[in-house]
Amino acid sequence: MEFADILTILVDGVVYASWLFIVALGLTLIFGVLQILNLAHGSLYAVGAYAAASMTMLVPMLGLPNEFSLLAMLIAALAVAIVLAPILERGLLRLFYGRDEVLILLVTYAVFLILEDATKLIWGVTPYYVFEPRNLFGTVEIGDLFYVGYDLMLIGLAVVCGLAVWLGLNKTKIGKIVLAVIHNPDVSACMGVNVNRVYLLAFFVGVFLAALAGSYTAPLISVQPGISVNVIITSFAVVIIGGLGSIPGAAIGALVVGIARAFAVYELPEAEIFIIYLVMAIVLVFRPEGLFQRTQARKI
Amino acid sequence: MHVSTKNTYLAAVVAAVALVIIGFLMPDWLLFTATKAIGYGLVSLGIITLMRGGLVSFGQGLVYCIGAYASGLLATRAGITDAPVLLLVGLVASGIVGLIVSPLIARYRGIFFAMLTVALSMVLYGVLVKINEIGGSDGFTLPEPTYFGWQPSVEIADLALYMTAVVAAVVAATASRLYFDSMAGMISLAVRENELRVEYLGSSVFNVTVRNFTIAAALGGLGGTLNGLALGHIDPLFSFWTTSGEFVFIAVLSGHISVSAVFVSSMILELVRSFSNRYFPETWQLILGVFLIVVIIYLPGGIGSVWERLKERRNRSATAGDKAGNKAAEKKGTGS
Repeated sequence: MEFADILTILVDGVVYASWLFIVALGLTLIFGVLQILNLAHGSLYAVGAYAAASMTMLVPMLGLPNEFSLLAMLIAALAVAIVLAPILERGLLRLFYGRDEVLILLVTYAVFLILEDATKLIWGVTPYYVFEPRNLFGTVEIGDLFYVGYDLMLIGLAVVCGLAVWLGLNKTKIGKIVLAVIHNPDVSACMGVNVNRVYLLAFFVGVFLAALAGSYTAPLISVQPGISVNVIITSFAVVIIGGLGSIPGAAIGALVVGIARAFAVYELPEAEIFIIYLVMAIVLVFRPEGLFQRTQARKI
Repeated sequence: MHVSTKNTYLAAVVAAVALVIIGFLMPDWLLFTATKAIGYGLVSLGIITLMRGGLVSFGQGLVYCIGAYASGLLATRAGITDAPVLLLVGLVASGIVGLIVSPLIARYRGIFFAMLTVALSMVLYGVLVKINEIGGSDGFTLPEPTYFGWQPSVEIADLALYMTAVVAAVVAATASRLYFDSMAGMISLAVRENELRVEYLGSSVFNVTVRNFTIAAALGGLGGTLNGLALGHIDPLFSFWTTSGEFVFIAVLSGHISVSAVFVSSMILELVRSFSNRYFPETWQLILGVFLIVVIIYLPGGIGSVWERLKERRNRSATAGDKAGNKAAEKKGTGS
C-alpha cells in the first residue's frame, strides 16, 4: 500500500467519521442523561435528511442564492427537533422512566417502526437528490486527488458540534446541572433542579444532532427509505466502541469505524458491510464497557 | 409422576389434538400463516428462555438464519428433502453455534448483551450477502419437502407442513415447560432477580446463561428451518436486525410466564401482518409500532400474564366466598 492510498483512506474515513460522530454524539448524550438507548435515532437522522431535502428545494423557488441552502438545512434540523423532541420525550418516553432499560429499548424500537412509515407517508418512496449545496465549496486538492470542499466542511461541522457539546456540559452552569442529573437525578431534584426540564433539554439536543447530521449529509446521498436502518446500527457500533455516554469515546469510535470502513472499501470490498461489527465485537471482547467507559459497581 | 408434570403432558396432548383438528378446518392461506406463526413462535420461545434469565437477545436472527441455511444447503446440495431430518439438522446446527457463541457473550448484560447479539447477526448478514456461491443477497429456493420418503401432492402440501409444524411446536413447548419448571430452569428466575446472590448460593450464573442461550439458539434454528420450508425461499434478510426485532416483539407480547402464549402472540402478529399488508400496505410498520407501545403500557406482563391474573382473581373471589360460608370450596376444587 502506497502513501497516496493511505492518504485517500484517511481522508475518506475522516469524512465518513465526521457525520457519524454527530449522530453518535446525540445518541451518547441521550444515553448519558436519560439512560435510554434510542433505537429511533437513525429515523431522526432520516427525518432530518428529508426535511433538509424539502427545505433546500424552497431556496431556488424563493429566488434566493444557493448559499442560503446551508441556512435552510440548519432550520430543517432545528424544526425536526422542535417538533419531535417534546412529542417523543414528554409524550411517550417519560411514561417508562424507572422501568427496565431493555423495555425502553423496545419502546424506541416501536418509535423507529412508526417513524419509518411516517416518513414514507409524508415524503413518499421516490428518492430525493439535493446535490446543489455540495457545489458551494468547490474542490480541494490533497496529494494528487481532488476532494469536494463540502465533504471537508463536514469535518469542521463535526468538530464544532463536539466542542459545543463538550464546552456546554463542562463550562456552563446549565451543563453543570446536567452533569449533576447524570450523576444522581434524585439528589439533583432535592437540590431544586427541575430534572424533567433537563431530560427534555438533553433529548432535544440529541434529536437536533441526529437531524443535523441527516440534513447536512442529504447532499451526499440519495434520500430514500431505508437510510435510517444502516445509520442506527453503525452509530451504535460507534458509541459501543467508544463507551456509552462518553463524548471523546464517540469521537474515537467514529474515527475507528470511519477509517475501518474506508479501508475495507479500498482494500477488502467483500468486508465492507461487516467490518464495522467485527471491530465492535473485538473491542467488546477486550473492553466490555467500551474504550472510555468507567466501570460501574455491581448491585447487590 | 409430579402433578404439574402430568398436567404439562396432558396439556400437550390436548393442544396437539386440537391443533390437528383445527388444521383440517383451515383454508390454505390460513394454514400457511399458521405454519409461519409457529416458526416465529419457536424462535421467540428461545427469547423467552433467555428473558427468564434476565436477558433479551436482539439478534436471534443469527441462529434463525443459520438453522435455515444449514438445512437449506443440505436440501439443495445433498438432495435430502426429508422435512423431519431437515428440522433436526437446523436445530442441531444452531444449537452448536449457540454453544460456541454463548461463552463469549455470557459475560454481558442488558443493552450490551442485546447489542452484541445484533452485531453478531449483522456480521452473518454481511458475510452471506457477499457469498455468491449460495445466492448472495438473493438467497436461494428450496425444493418441496418430503416426509419419510413420501411426497405430498400440491393440494395437501401446506397441510402436511402444518402438521409437521404442530408436532415440532408441541414437542418444543412441552420440553420448554418441563425445563422451566425443573430446578435448572427455576434458577434462571433467581438469576434475573439477583445474580450475585445466586453465585453466593453456589450456582453458576455463567452456566445458566450458556445453557439458556444454547437452548434459545436450537429453538431459533428449528424455527428458521420451518420458515425456510414454509416460504420455500431463504435469503440473508433472515439475519437482518429488523427480523430479530419481530422475534423480540412476539416475546414481549407473550411475556415469559406462559409457553403457549408465545404461539398465540406470534399468530396475532402474523394475522395483523396479513391484514395490514392487504388493507394498509403502506402503514404496516406504523400499526405494529403503535400496537407494541400499547402492549408495553397496558399489558406489561404480556398475554401470558392475563391467564395468571384471571387465576388470581378467581382464587381471591373463592376465598372471599369461603368467608361468606358458601360452597366455594367445591368450586375451587373443580375449577383449577
